[in-house]
Amino acid sequence: MVKDQEFLKKKAAYCLDLAKKLGATDSSVVVKNSVSETVNFRNKKLDESNRSDDLGISITTYIGKKKSSISSSNLLNENLNVLIEKCVETTKNTPEDEFNSLPDRDLLAQEVKDLDLYDDTQIENDQKINYLKKLEDAASNDKKIVNTESSFTQNKSNFILANTDGFCNGHKTSSFTASSVTVAKDEKSMERDYEYSSKCFLKDLDDANELGKLAANQTIRKLSPKKIGSEKIAIIFDKRIAKGILSTFASAISSSAISRGTSFLKDKVNQKIFSDKINIFDKPDMLKGLGSRNFDSEGVKTDTLKLVDQGILKHYLIDTYNGKKLNLKSNGRCGGTSNLYFENGNISFKDLLNSNSKSLYITETIGHGSNIVTGDYSVGATGFLVENGEFKFPINEITIAGNFKDMFQNIILANDLELKYATNSPTMLIEGMVVAGK
Amino acid sequence: MSFMSNFFEKSDLSRSEAENIISETLQKCDDGELYLENSKSESILLDDNKIKNSSYNSDLGFGFRAISDEVVAYSHSNEISKNSLKQSSENLKSTLKSVKGTYNYEIPKSNKKYYKNINPIEQKSLNEKIKILSDVNNYLRSKSDKVKQVTANFLGEQKSVEIIRSGGETLSDVRPLIRFNVSVMLEKNGRKETGVYGVGGRQSYDMYLKDDNWKKVCDEALRIASVNLESKPAPAGEMKVVLGPGWPAILIHEAVGHGLEGDFNRKKTSAFHNLMGQKVASEGVTIIDDGTIDNRRGSLTIDDEGTPTEKTVLIENGILKNFMQDRLNARLMKTRSTGSGRRENYRHIVLPRMRNTMMLSGNHTQEEMIKSVDKGIFAVSFGGGQVDITSGKFVFNCTEAYEIVNGKIGSPIKGATLIGDGPSILKEVSMVGNDMMMDPGIGTCGKAGQGVPVGVAQPSILINKMTVGGTKL
Repeated sequence: MVKDQEFLKKKAAYCLDLAKKLGATDSSVVVKNSVSETVNFRNKKLDESNRSDDLGISITTYIGKKKSSISSSNLLNENLNVLIEKCVETTKNTPEDEFNSLPDRDLLAQEVKDLDLYDDTQIENDQKINYLKKLEDAASNDKKIVNTESSFTQNKSNFILANTDGFCNGHKTSSFTASSVTVAKDEKSMERDYEYSSKCFLKDLDDANELGKLAANQTIRKLSPKKIGSEKIAIIFDKRIAKGILSTFASAISSSAISRGTSFLKDKVNQKIFSDKINIFDKPDMLKGLGSRNFDSEGVKTDTLKLVDQGILKHYLIDTYNGKKLNLKSNGRCGGTSNLYFENGNISFKDLLNSNSKSLYITETIGHGSNIVTGDYSVGATGFLVENGEFKFPINEITIAGNFKDMFQNIILANDLELKYATNSPTMLIEGMVVAGK
Repeated sequence: MSFMSNFFEKSDLSRSEAENIISETLQKCDDGELYLENSKSESILLDDNKIKNSSYNSDLGFGFRAISDEVVAYSHSNEISKNSLKQSSENLKSTLKSVKGTYNYEIPKSNKKYYKNINPIEQKSLNEKIKILSDVNNYLRSKSDKVKQVTANFLGEQKSVEIIRSGGETLSDVRPLIRFNVSVMLEKNGRKETGVYGVGGRQSYDMYLKDDNWKKVCDEALRIASVNLESKPAPAGEMKVVLGPGWPAILIHEAVGHGLEGDFNRKKTSAFHNLMGQKVASEGVTIIDDGTIDNRRGSLTIDDEGTPTEKTVLIENGILKNFMQDRLNARLMKTRSTGSGRRENYRHIVLPRMRNTMMLSGNHTQEEMIKSVDKGIFAVSFGGGQVDITSGKFVFNCTEAYEIVNGKIGSPIKGATLIGDGPSILKEVSMVGNDMMMDPGIGTCGKAGQGVPVGVAQPSILINKMTVGGTKL
């Protein structure tokens, strides 16, 4: 079982006390425990079982404006004694940085709402096996499917965040994740695709049958792909790729990228970076939300932010250190966004497909081709050619490229938003990008 | 001073009790072991004119594995105690309820070591490291007023591992690893570009930092950033590509390396699974995966199952010769382990992985290659890559490249992604250079959520046809 709050609080208090005794003027500590159990299936048979029990502690000590940190998986007091002593020693020898400090006291989360993030249900391996059998039966129904690999994980975690300004809070979270990866084959090609579902509560998890079918269908439709020529073409991003573009936007407005001057969105607050129709929210208080939280990784309270209002950038994602550097208050985004999403657009998925006589529908990208310093974007892609609203044939071995500054201005969103992950987007259309192929 | 970790010293579990639990748990299994790991790592980061972070991590834990036929049961924990090991044993047994295997006691032995038993973290004081980082910052900022941002960091690690097999056979290794990275951002007329360079390996910091060696790393990062500041949009479409020696061998790693790992071929999900003994590359192309090069980032004395590493020939003169194997996939494919069984740490199961993947030299010169190209690109430095092993399609991202026009190197071009097809790309190699070079020692390979340090090497090569993902039509 995952360690309880009492155990974690006791460890946290021990560390804060010891750091103080050894000469730290301030300190903060996170103690975590995470227990997960996974069962993997391959071709309808048990392939792997995996149980992990992870303990972790990380401590940051301050002496005035000097700072250093340590982390460890060994929570025995005698080990912590050695490490905290080392941490305080290192702090003494590290140069001062005027912006180092704990968060402002008045920004710390005072009240903590129950966001319904923990499901007590304990699912035994036999139940996982039953789910996976059902899933793999559905996934391997079609003869073109030659390999199936699927996985079921239950995770239970607990944590405490405490600092010497009296903050001490934490809570349990749970997640249940099922995934299916299938390989399909025909005379000309072999292709792979996937589907997964992850929820805080077991009862909300996608049906095994549906998940398996979806994974298989998404794989089979990729068979016998063609390569197309290089041209300028409208690109439609499937939701699972569109949410990645939203994540790139989030890293470009992180206060660390802004304060270091390494983002193409520096100094763009109150400027129009998207079209009028685009609104972006980060909403931390969704019940059962995969990104939900009451406070960020420094203990600062997190409120809902409308990051982009009618195309205008309204906020950066600010933590304490970079906030002080930029002369801004932390908005509780140390560690990034919570539940981030584009508000729905006003046309249907079907109309989006029909909005150009010819477009490319992208279902997967590979490579690390997003440069947030320049905004340049260039990745490998697979997808489908769409003509007059219909999927014509699968496409691969192409790249798509553009620059986020232009791409953001040209985003058109469908009205099919689903809140499935921590970051979500409706289907997205961007005109004016370049495809490189033959 | 450095020494082996004694994992049982502060535990209520004695070595002999642990051995008994291991032997009893694995008695009807085909394979398995207890893997113990103690790692210490340090990171010091200079950024934006300040020491932004100095941190130290100490990680301790075990992973207990039992294998029967194709099924792997795994359990790991941070607590090395009687209770914890017994609970893991119960977990493994409940997965492998009704198995009847025969334990394979055989494991090859070797006395060779490819790095010294040192702790690099202790070999230089914190103050010395902080001093070098601030020298780096001052040096770069004094070189040009276009320098707007400097980030530099040290990463040092010492990892002690011990593998206890059924019957009590014990294998151990102590692995040092360091990295030194510099990133510099320039700004000119409102345009910003970055250059990144780094060095590293399994040895002490002094090997890389003595005297003014660190200046070479700074100069290279600055040179790449300066080139990019003048770069034009990259072309889009299929064209000839000349790759420089060294780090561009990421191409080899992505295009063929992953596809030749044993697990994907046993499962027949790799585009290479039915190509053994066949021609998969042009004549003159030989590719090996070598864990035995002294002090290299991808080298290992033993792998994470205890098998000594080796030099494995993957492709010889164009013909596919071997896959890379761990013990599980080797047994199921009726071959032997190539010492390629690796894991990121005790939290993860073993997978067949690359070590230092290298294409050997041929007899052409880079000059010849460039001269032969009418329209194409010359790619010198790369950021990273990725592959879909099933379709075989792979990408890698250039961070320094130039256009080639009528046999001459032209203007620098913006970073772009190159995409190709793994099983066919090596057949498009029409010249192999005589200038093989190792990478600088900074590569990390990701697979199934696990990152492990790897190396690559290659000479210059000319590829007849590859798709360049630029924006200029």
